[in-house]
Amino acid sequence: MTGERTHTVNPEDIKKEILAKYPPKVARKRAKQITPVTSDEKDGLQVGANVRTVPGIITQRGCCYAGCKGVIMGPTRDIINLTHGPIGCGFYSWLTRRNQTRPPSDDAENYMTYCFSTDMQDEDIVFGGEKKLKAAIQEAYDIFKPKAISIFSTCPVGLIGDDVHAAAREMKEKLGINIFGFSCEGYKGVSQSAGHHIANNTIFKHVVGLDDTVMDAKYKINLLGEYNIGGDGFIIDELLNKCGIELVSTFSGNSTVDQFANCHTADLNAVMCHRSINYVADMLETKYGIPWIKVSFTGPTSTINSLRKIAAYFEDQELIDRVEEVIAEEMIPVEAKIKEVKERCQGKTAMMFVGGSRAHHYQELFRDIGMKVLSAGYEFAHRDDYEGRHVIPDIKVDADSRNIEELTIEKDETRYNPRKTEEEMKALEEKGYPFKSYDGLIPEMNAGSLIIDDISHHETETLIAMYKPDIFCAGIKEKYAIQKHGIPMKQLHSYDTGGPYAVFKGAVNFFEEIDRMLNANIWQYLEAPWQKAPELSAKYVWE
Amino acid sequence: MLLRHTPKEIKERKVLAINPAKTCQPIGAMYAALGIHGCLPHSHGSQGCCAYHRSTLTRHYREPIMAATSSFTEGASVFGGQANLLQALLTMFTTYDPDIVAVHTTCLSETIGDDVNQIVKKAYKDGTIPKGKHVIHTSTPSYVGSHVTGFSNMVKSMAVQLAEKTGRANGKLNIVPGFVEPSDMVEIKRIAGMLGIDSILFPDTSGVLNGPLTGKFHMYPKGGVSIKALKSIGDSRGSIGLGEWASADAVRALDAQFKVPCQVQDLPIGLLATDRFVDALRIAAGVSVPDAVTQERGQLLDVISDMQPHLYGKKVAIAGDPDQVIALTEFLVTIGMKPVHIVTGTPGKAFIKRIKEITARFGDDINVKCPGDLFLLHQWIKNEPVDLLICNTYGKYIARDEDIPFVRHGFPILDRIGHSYIPTVGYKGGLHLLEKILGVLMDRTDRDAPEERFELVE
Repeated sequence: MTGERTHTVNPEDIKKEILAKYPPKVARKRAKQITPVTSDEKDGLQVGANVRTVPGIITQRGCCYAGCKGVIMGPTRDIINLTHGPIGCGFYSWLTRRNQTRPPSDDAENYMTYCFSTDMQDEDIVFGGEKKLKAAIQEAYDIFKPKAISIFSTCPVGLIGDDVHAAAREMKEKLGINIFGFSCEGYKGVSQSAGHHIANNTIFKHVVGLDDTVMDAKYKINLLGEYNIGGDGFIIDELLNKCGIELVSTFSGNSTVDQFANCHTADLNAVMCHRSINYVADMLETKYGIPWIKVSFTGPTSTINSLRKIAAYFEDQELIDRVEEVIAEEMIPVEAKIKEVKERCQGKTAMMFVGGSRAHHYQELFRDIGMKVLSAGYEFAHRDDYEGRHVIPDIKVDADSRNIEELTIEKDETRYNPRKTEEEMKALEEKGYPFKSYDGLIPEMNAGSLIIDDISHHETETLIAMYKPDIFCAGIKEKYAIQKHGIPMKQLHSYDTGGPYAVFKGAVNFFEEIDRMLNANIWQYLEAPWQKAPELSAKYVWE
Repeated sequence: MLLRHTPKEIKERKVLAINPAKTCQPIGAMYAALGIHGCLPHSHGSQGCCAYHRSTLTRHYREPIMAATSSFTEGASVFGGQANLLQALLTMFTTYDPDIVAVHTTCLSETIGDDVNQIVKKAYKDGTIPKGKHVIHTSTPSYVGSHVTGFSNMVKSMAVQLAEKTGRANGKLNIVPGFVEPSDMVEIKRIAGMLGIDSILFPDTSGVLNGPLTGKFHMYPKGGVSIKALKSIGDSRGSIGLGEWASADAVRALDAQFKVPCQVQDLPIGLLATDRFVDALRIAAGVSVPDAVTQERGQLLDVISDMQPHLYGKKVAIAGDPDQVIALTEFLVTIGMKPVHIVTGTPGKAFIKRIKEITARFGDDINVKCPGDLFLLHQWIKNEPVDLLICNTYGKYIARDEDIPFVRHGFPILDRIGHSYIPTVGYKGGLHLLEKILGVLMDRTDRDAPEERFELVE
């Protein structure tokens, strides 16, 4: 139960308390990933990230396969996603992420409700599973006649040496549809992040650029790193359309394989989740000449800034004016809701440990209703997501990262088409236009707060005991351990059953949700009457 | 349509699994381990396995699922996971102070051939495992069997690795409840208690995965079978394993190793299976059945008889775990319904034979597949529609597309509550199940009735 607030807790003390419980070696390792923010002077703060998790520590993290199949490829509806492995991996990633999709018609392809697996058995482990994989592709083709099939490797596949890429090539040739494989065995890398990378690289290699049709629209962009959880993507699309901006593709919320094939025809890449996809934006720029900017559609201020950034890029007064009109209209209900909710939420505290961008983006929504973020961190981010892109050259590439393929990309000979000339880019930059810029999470953090990367259960418990937050945001595994304390817990991966929370409409939903969670009656009833005053009844009995 | 690509025409599939009716071994082992008091389950494999199992169990129980992982990286996969497991044991005992750690393997550690037994021995020898603490382990390769197999393996391991035979009889009866809900475990204990039987139920997830909200988090909740009780199961007068797939191995191993006489009964779901369970309890413990139990039986029978017009001849499709599906099918037949499509994802030769016996009165009119999947079940339903579908939550996609009344039963249930608090075993559980079945059937009648046939009294 939340007790009296102790905002003045020194984050250094919390760090000490956390580390005291670990074996010395573990404490030394974890120390690098726990960064107290002691003053407003935050230059030079470092957060160790994208490093191995200590075995046994009770981590939030999942695996490479989860990042590849579940996160990045999960939201694409018209590819048959075939898991090559024992049944579990396919089963657990079946419909569990709330990435919504909306096929254009009743007979349009949508395989997201299906789970496909080679269901490897012990004889496949002993004798190899390639034959079975090819037969499974054939059966999937015979029943469904899909336009594309992708294959996801699970741990044993890599260990027994099944060549999923060779199988994919062979079946692609045989069946005449696009078939490609992902080497996303669960043990690769140190978290889901490796899987994001492998998924995006594979799509870049096998799909991007296959369709040169140019959409008939004035302002065409791609939205990268938006996964349509709880319908976020739907209302982002709606808002952009209202402004007159068209999406060529979204990576990968509510997406189709055709959109990926065509994405190189867009004129700007807007990157939402920097962690999962910034490298794709880089590759699209190098190969096709599409510049990229970081955006966020979480929170009204970020949404406004992002819309203005997109409009400013096209340097068209008509668009700039339209965006301002939309902002003015959309902000009316948002401001009203803030006014209403702030009264009840002002001064309350939150902490959030999720993902590779949401622990940053969601801080704004809490601040808007007068709340304070006491502690935050990512589950699978890299140092640049904390410290900003300027640290990228300094990041040490360790053995775990070296195993993840980096594509070497060159200019496409025929299709490289710089959307802006060097002079135009320079002129925009001189006006303060932030191409390829991301400052990370650290600037968001207040003095007195604590940043923790890859938080463990023990660390979560210590934070709750010492900071006594009013609300905690993390994922499903953490949810009930936190709520047992009597502290409401909001899932920021899947949004529980809520959402959308993006753009203006979503912000209103989120404010209502947080208001409900903080002010729900239920948290007052944790004690029964006889627990609240046991001595009283005892006294009467004696008398 | 949500499953818009499922064709009516059934093409034989030899290798491709679509919409499975099973998942993998380790999650069953994790669930079983949570039924030991003070236990921290440990997944020896990649992080994702543990994350997936914890997530699925959390969504099903809406309770904290605490478990740790060896966090394999590519290096560990090449050089073996010994260093990871030793580090994990040190971290867990130092940081989380469990009484016992229950290690299960994964397809990764099985494929590379990690010798967990040897690693655990080394950890005892090195003092990584503190004095008085325990580590048990079981082998759960994901590419064999299913989550039920994993449950069975962990239960067997907890029995044979913890039991001690002192030679002094403890007078107790061991009961292995199978891969059932914590509510079912409570009910099984209650029934044994009504007969005056002193039982040791293992594993026992009641009080662990159906805990109260009190404002305090307990890493190790009050429930679970104690290590002390588990140590004494070798001295028990007998064992009853409920469910051939989930419980038989454990009680047979106790019989073989400690000479504790065992018997395997069906899960006590429904009238007849509960009859057999109660009778087995009576005989094994040498007690008589009190009137209160007979009274509960009579109440269930009464409701079945009252509601015959709503049940008789109704066609049912069922998917689930073999122990559950066998008992459920028998119950449905008992109450007059006609199970026509029956699927389990877990392999096992005896399944089809048992189902055929139970449904013998319907001749060859029954579709049954083991191992089968929900895609096939859906196709069968398209070819021969049913009045009721009983399945885990994944069945809701079929139920919606085909507009079939739907009762959720089995694992996992990700979208409703109740299963962990309200049992479906025993006579009381049968009543609950019956209420659920009748509820959806009669709601459907009301929904579809023309106005003149919409009746107040049914």
